[in-house]
Amino acid sequence: MAAQVRVLRQRIRSAKGMKKITKAMELVATSRIAKAQARVEASLPYAQAVTGVLTALASNASVDHPLLTPRERVRRAGVLLVTSDRGLAGGYSSNAIRTAESLIARLQADGKEPVLYVIGRKGVSFYRFRNRPIEASWTGFSEQPSFADAREVGETLIKAFTAGADDTDGDPGPDGVRGVDELHIVYTEFKSLMTQNPVTRIIGPLQIEERPRSEGVLPAYEFEPDAEALLDALLPKYINTRIYAALLESAASESAARRRAMKSATDNAEEMIDKYTREMNSARQAGITQEISEIVGGANALAASGSEV
Amino acid sequence: MAEQLNVQLVAVEEKVWSGTAEMVMARTTEGELGVLPGHAPLLGQLAEPGQVRIKLPGGEQLSYDVAGGFLSVSEQGVTVLAETATPAAAASGN
Repeated sequence: MAAQVRVLRQRIRSAKGMKKITKAMELVATSRIAKAQARVEASLPYAQAVTGVLTALASNASVDHPLLTPRERVRRAGVLLVTSDRGLAGGYSSNAIRTAESLIARLQADGKEPVLYVIGRKGVSFYRFRNRPIEASWTGFSEQPSFADAREVGETLIKAFTAGADDTDGDPGPDGVRGVDELHIVYTEFKSLMTQNPVTRIIGPLQIEERPRSEGVLPAYEFEPDAEALLDALLPKYINTRIYAALLESAASESAARRRAMKSATDNAEEMIDKYTREMNSARQAGITQEISEIVGGANALAASGSEV
Repeated sequence: MAEQLNVQLVAVEEKVWSGTAEMVMARTTEGELGVLPGHAPLLGQLAEPGQVRIKLPGGEQLSYDVAGGFLSVSEQGVTVLAETATPAAAASGN
């Protein structure tokens, strides 16, 4: 009896320890969500300004840029997958991976060869474990991405996209590099604290929306240097900002997913502590009852034998 | 001066500065440029490394070191887009 009580006490102690850890992770994740949301907010002015400048540029200049023109034949399609570095975030990474997998299946059905770019240790180990080739991967910043990280990723992707321009079937073309003809990104959209959805977007070639303008004629812009050179300089930056925005949103989603996972882990630990405490109490009570009945039984036996003598 | 410019200086990670100013000076890849109120719409790529100076109404002057920057002048005002923008060390009030 005493042994059982001791075992239960041990279990309660370890459940309490676990609860402390999960509670702390929950709190950290909660503060990270707020931080990530603030960073999304802070990046909006630039994104809006870049979009404004590009709109002005596109409506003034002839829109003919490699990053804007869809390729006639898409042979290889780049897929950038954003996952987390650490686990304990519920289904966050596996949902993103599943979405990427269905995109890859769709690309393959269309006769395109998928080329993988992975951010986050979870995604990297998923593909490495299955022995599937990863073109490039980045890890270590999934929770707090900086623009420098996004730029590094963006530059790699744009280089691959540019290198894909002269590829022919099974041949890397004059530049000797097998590039890609399309760029997709799979990241997790932050809808609310409770909802995060993995989504797929095309980031290359960029699509231009033709929209009739309501408020009269556009002002005639002067360009320094000329419009083509500006477009050349701006478009890669625009893609970088798109990637940065996706990274920030993924970071917010990751923290939200982790907070939810850790909250339910904390709740479970509490439940377990309750259950074990109850079991321990009843075991202790049973031990006491048994001891009393043993004493009473013994006393009765003694009394019975004494009266006989 | 009666007229003033609406100036925004935005970096990728945050909005660095916004407010009204008398004049914005910057160097594009084509050359040094000063923007006064009523300037014609303009888009320019800033020289690398570049410095943007903003002259405030009180005669004070702010300067920022800007990397990967663009300058956009429209009827609404001046927007400086930068990958990074940090206050320049030697910001003086001349």
